[in-house]
Amino acid sequence: MDNKEKKELQLLANDMRKDVINEVYSAQSGHPGGSLSICDTLAYLYSKVMKIDPKNPKWEDRDRFVLSKGHTCPALYAALAEMGYFPKEELLGFRKYGRMLQGHPDMKGIPGVDMSSGSLGQGISAAVGMALAAKLAGKDYRVYTVLGDGEIEEGQVWEAAMCAHHNNLSNLTAIVDNNGLQIDGDIEDVAGPYPIPEKFEAFGWKVILADAHDFDSLEAAFNEALAEKEKPTVIIQKSVKGKGVSFMENSAGWHGKAPNEEQYNTAMADLEAVRKGLEA
Amino acid sequence: MADVKKIATRESYGNALAELGEKAANVVVLDADLSGATKTSVFAKKFPERFIDCGIAEGNMIGVAAGLAASGLCVPFASTFAMFASGRAFEQVRNSVCYPHLNVKIGATHGGVSVGEDGATHQCIEDFATMRVIPGMTVICPADDTEARAAVFAAYEYEGPVYLRFGRSAVPVVYDPETFKFEIGKGIVVRDGTDVTLIACGLEVNEALKAADILAEEGVSAAVIDMHTIKPLDKELVLEYAKKTGAIVTCEEHNVVGGLGAAVAECTAEECPVPVLKIGVQDVFGKSGNGNELLDKFGLTAPFIVEKAKAAIAKK
Repeated sequence: MDNKEKKELQLLANDMRKDVINEVYSAQSGHPGGSLSICDTLAYLYSKVMKIDPKNPKWEDRDRFVLSKGHTCPALYAALAEMGYFPKEELLGFRKYGRMLQGHPDMKGIPGVDMSSGSLGQGISAAVGMALAAKLAGKDYRVYTVLGDGEIEEGQVWEAAMCAHHNNLSNLTAIVDNNGLQIDGDIEDVAGPYPIPEKFEAFGWKVILADAHDFDSLEAAFNEALAEKEKPTVIIQKSVKGKGVSFMENSAGWHGKAPNEEQYNTAMADLEAVRKGLEA
Repeated sequence: MADVKKIATRESYGNALAELGEKAANVVVLDADLSGATKTSVFAKKFPERFIDCGIAEGNMIGVAAGLAASGLCVPFASTFAMFASGRAFEQVRNSVCYPHLNVKIGATHGGVSVGEDGATHQCIEDFATMRVIPGMTVICPADDTEARAAVFAAYEYEGPVYLRFGRSAVPVVYDPETFKFEIGKGIVVRDGTDVTLIACGLEVNEALKAADILAEEGVSAAVIDMHTIKPLDKELVLEYAKKTGAIVTCEEHNVVGGLGAAVAECTAEECPVPVLKIGVQDVFGKSGNGNELLDKFGLTAPFIVEKAKAAIAKK
């Protein structure tokens, strides 16, 4: 990846992080930590990987995306708005009564949302169904789904993992966002879902490791996933919860909390400094 | 009665799917390791490429069905026992299927106590209640082979989630397939009457007809309505017969809490309060035994309906 392309992606991801903070601040609720950790991944996925047409969100041959960890939809909504699925002003209606952007993804009301999600463990099954539909209907679209590392504590994730392998769904790529934290604390202290790569390997998936905040690493990971022709692939990305906002980074406390005015100003200043650094 | 054809509605389900599969290339059938019992094996044999066995993982199966439907390319029928479809997978049905109002059909077999020997863990008596409380869900329980086939075809034509409940044991064929008309949400007046109305679904339709015969011999005129669609309930028909007969007995192979009886009572309470007495499982778990024997032990057969009908009339 050349420096120009990388810088564009970094700026896009940085804009999405500002969107995330604006959404959560405006709603005074929502989940900033796990949204900030997936912004680089969604920026890369939506602008470089997925075959989509924001003007025709129901295009039958499009690639599909399921945010299995649905609570981090501020990042998804940011990606969709940046891609032009709906005006950016909508982001400020997040979680407000009568507005479009529901607290968790709603495929019926939000252009670009391919599956409603929010109840953890369920999105990956829907992604399996979409990938299966492509095989049955002879379509060559691909399906991407993002799961939380806490989410994989749900048994349904492993039912879906077994099913995807059994049906040779090489058109399915799951991304596990390994930021290491869930609501009650460190995932290892809460329920111990480690080791993650070995579990997916045992379920017959091709496992790819990536750095969630390095676009060269993400590019290599998605290229490897696209090249796989037999098995479903999983990209296990090491990420930083709250990435980009100084006081939110690596803090379980910012899983599902909105910043106050002072914190909002600090967060936006942090992100603005990143932008200035990139543009310098 | 000896020469009346008997067939279990789960058999009808499998046969109807195989027939539908021929007409509709977008039908995909899923099962959770019970295809021999749910009879989706009939479809699987004919269309192996469109049959997905999800194994013993019902939650995932419902989610996969949601994804198949969300793709806009398939109409999935997801099948397992009623207990697991409506019970274990309740939240997947609610959040992955009904919240986005996806075009998923759930074929739930082995409803009620007539499941028999397997006992309480496999005798689902709560599914009408749990499925009908979900916004946008349609709940259907056909009475016989003819109606079960029609329900499968109607569910396919309808756009949105449908829960279809079928039985394990062979039941008499009530309807003539040549003349039978089926519409989701429209109850069928199988027999007219003036003193009391028996509103039944599933195998209880046949029991209600037997009860109406007995009542007729005693000079009581009982109407029998086949309320195959528990949701959306045919309120118009319920109210018409509430007014006409002034007393109702509901008959269902389900807990008396939350099912067809409750739906009918909710409707009459608001618009036309008349006595609504309920035939059903009296808020207890099932037991092992022969299926037909259990229908009697749990008070679901014609003689019990006769007594309940008299009690309802006495309350007028």
